[in-house]
Parts: sequence; C-alpha cells; structure tokens
Amino acid sequence: MSATAVQPASNPIDDKTVFYLEEEPHHEEGSSTMLGFWLYLMSDCLIFAMLFAVFGVLGGNYAAGPGPKELFDLELVALNTAMLLFSSITYGFAMLAMDRNNVKQTQVWLAITGLFGLAFLGIELYEFGHLIHIGATPQRSAFLSSFFTLVGTHGLHVTFGIIWLVTLMVQVGMKGLIPANKRRLMCLSMFWHFLDVIWIGVFTFVYLMGMLR
Amino acid sequence: MSAAKSDHSPESHDVDHLGHESHNHGSFKGYMIGFGLSVILTAIPFALVMTGVLPTNATAMIVMGAAAVQIVVHMIYFLHMNSKSEGGWTMMALIFTIVIVVICLAGSLWVMYHLNTNMMPTHDMTQMGG
Repeated sequence: MSATAVQPASNPIDDKTVFYLEEEPHHEEGSSTMLGFWLYLMSDCLIFAMLFAVFGVLGGNYAAGPGPKELFDLELVALNTAMLLFSSITYGFAMLAMDRNNVKQTQVWLAITGLFGLAFLGIELYEFGHLIHIGATPQRSAFLSSFFTLVGTHGLHVTFGIIWLVTLMVQVGMKGLIPANKRRLMCLSMFWHFLDVIWIGVFTFVYLMGMLR
Repeated sequence: MSAAKSDHSPESHDVDHLGHESHNHGSFKGYMIGFGLSVILTAIPFALVMTGVLPTNATAMIVMGAAAVQIVVHMIYFLHMNSKSEGGWTMMALIFTIVIVVICLAGSLWVMYHLNTNMMPTHDMTQMGG
C-alpha cells in the first residue's frame, strides 16, 4: 500500500529538469531603491485616502460648533498652497542642478525649497494656533477632529520632509553629489512632490469644498 | 508629455551606473510647463470659490475637475510618471493604489451616507410629531 503510493510520487521528481543560474544576476547597489520608495509612497497614499474618507464621513458633523465658513480663511490657504507649489518647482530646479553635477546650485535650490517648506509649516501652525485659540480644538466636534488629523498628518509629513532635506544638505556638503546622495535626493524629490499632490486633495476637499457646503 | 520624452536621451548615459536607465529627472521646460499648469489649475478654483460668481453646484464640479487634472499634471511633470519607468512596475503599483483608494473612498462615503440618513434621530421625531 505504502510502496505503491510512494512510487508514482517520486517519478515526476526524477523526470523534472531543474535549471540553475550559473551566476546570480548582478544588481547595482540601490538599483531597486526608487521602486521600493515608490511602493512606500503608495502605502502612504492609502493612509491619506483613509483620512480623507474619515473627513468625508465626519466633515459635516459640527456638533452645533463652528463650521468651515466660520473658521477657514481662504486667502491664508491660497498663500499656503502657493508656498508648497513654489517649493515643488524649486526642488525641481535642485534636481536639474544635480543632473549638471553642480553642488553649489543644488545646495542653494535645496535651501530655498526648505525655506518655502518652513513658510508653509509656519502658516499652518499659525492657522492651527488661531483655531485652537478661538476654541475650535480637535475635541470640539467630529468635523474638527478629522480636520486636524488629516491636515496635521500632512503637516507632519512636511516636517519630516524638511528634516530629511536638511540632513541631505549636510550629506551633500560633506560628500558631494556621489551616486548614493543622488539616489537619496531622488527619493526626497518623489516624497516632496507627493506631498504637494496630497495637498491638492486637502485644499480642494477640505477648504474649498468646505466653503461650498 | 513630449517634453518629458525629449529630455530623456541626453542624460540616459548619466544614470546608467544607477541601474535604472528608464528614470529621468525632467527638464527645465517640463518643470515650467507643470508649474504654469498648476498655478492656473489652483488659481481657477480659489477664484471661483472666493468670488462666488457661479452657482454652488457648478463651482463644485469645476473645483473637483481642476483638482483631478492638477493631480495628473503633477504626476507627469513633477513625479515623471510614465508606463516604462522601472519596467512598468511603478505604473502597476499606482493603478493598484488608485483602485484601492477608489473602493475605500466610494465605499465609506456611500455606506456612511446611507447609515446617516437611515438612522437619523430626527426621522423618528418627525413621525412622532406627525
């Protein structure tokens, strides 16, 4: 019984031709970094999608508290949007300078990008401070909880982006535009532009659509 | 799109040592086109909402349309998305993500909207009052 059962099972294994690579394919160091980072960004995108969904569901629950029309100052948001858009284009210029292997220009454009990023954060913190000061805290209503979570998560990303940017400026200053640093700058480039894409969703669905509600 | 393609060839030898020949960092022209389009696509919705010249529904449609177009503009001119980079895997990952995002957003809003309307406390109160 057991012998007959084993016999047919072992036959196909003997017949099977197995191929081996004579040599492992050679991968340059960091050749998969960009794809890996893109996959990280996609997972980050899912985090923001969930926060957008939460805001979409709870965005109308004011709990008899203030709504978007009483709270939001569109001129401030427009200024904020401009800061982030300017920082995107200046980061693009930093990448172009990097392609020309121009360390000094790269550093200058990165510094300008960082300043625009700081301006964005400053304006956002001013807005948050103003809201909390007039009593529109995250505890006030479901609308404000989801608003602070969504916009705050984006702001936190920008904060870490700026920390990363300063780190890379130090790295480039110490080691120059070596391939590893170029790779890191390209990752931050994707991160930075990705945050701008998320901000398009924020100013459209939170601020502009909020004013239309 | 054509600007993004034309700038690829002169620098392709430059990135060979990084092992992904299909990656590009755009060109000055490409970034400026993307920036110009973004400024227009940001200014229009802000102007419409701040002035309120159009009816609310029309404004909402234009605002959302401009956002969708601007996201595509950013993807092409700033993130340099194309179907060939990394052997097409970035595009595959993006499409997969978009599908998941659409399912989650549409599903959440749809279900929670009906939950809200069907379980509204005022629903019972109006019946009692009538």
